[in-house]
Amino acid sequence: MTLHDYLNFIILPILAVSILLLFIRFLMGPSIADRVVALDLLITTSIGIITIYSILYDHPTFLDIAMILALIAFLGTVAFSYYLEKRNKND
Amino acid sequence: MIDLLVGTLATFGTIFVLLAAVGLIRMPDTYLRISVTTKAATLGIGLLLMAAAIHFDNLSTTARVLAIILFIILTAPVGAHLIGRASYFIGVKLWDKSVMDDLAGKYKKSTHRLSSEDTDNEPPKEQNTPE
Repeated sequence: MTLHDYLNFIILPILAVSILLLFIRFLMGPSIADRVVALDLLITTSIGIITIYSILYDHPTFLDIAMILALIAFLGTVAFSYYLEKRNKND
Repeated sequence: MIDLLVGTLATFGTIFVLLAAVGLIRMPDTYLRISVTTKAATLGIGLLLMAAAIHFDNLSTTARVLAIILFIILTAPVGAHLIGRASYFIGVKLWDKSVMDDLAGKYKKSTHRLSSEDTDNEPPKEQNTPE
């Protein structure tokens, strides 16, 4: 069993299952803060999937997209928390 | 040998990411879920990126990976603190079996100002430094 097979048939399905669990929480989160946290963790897990793909196909260029996704996750969390706090303050 | 190291690091990183996902499903409270996302997911993604750095064995890729890991380690606690603070202000309930709530009655809900004494009704004092 080579590394390629191991990454392709074991690591990637486990990451896909974790994406599925996070998406369940994203759909049924009781409050909106739960959905924001689940969205943050979805993007963070997709960074891991991009990393595994860049190992599989020998393209280190994919890591640039991972960096941009990390930035977008942080900006999304900051924007959502700022919006939630201001929305409750002004009414 | 390199392949073995890459496989081990990827396995541990995937286990941590899966545990973070299971924790986000199973935890009973918003604040406990936030604590799951900051620690387990950061460690898992760091291990996966380390596996990529070892596999490519290249200076530019290693620098890129270290930049991503540093960025995630810097921004995950900041984002978790911001969303936890916002969810406390918009009134997300704690778990029923939570033992203590240190912020109860210590901040003004209209101005979001935190005071260290139990001043529920009167406005918080100006913060005079004891000089």
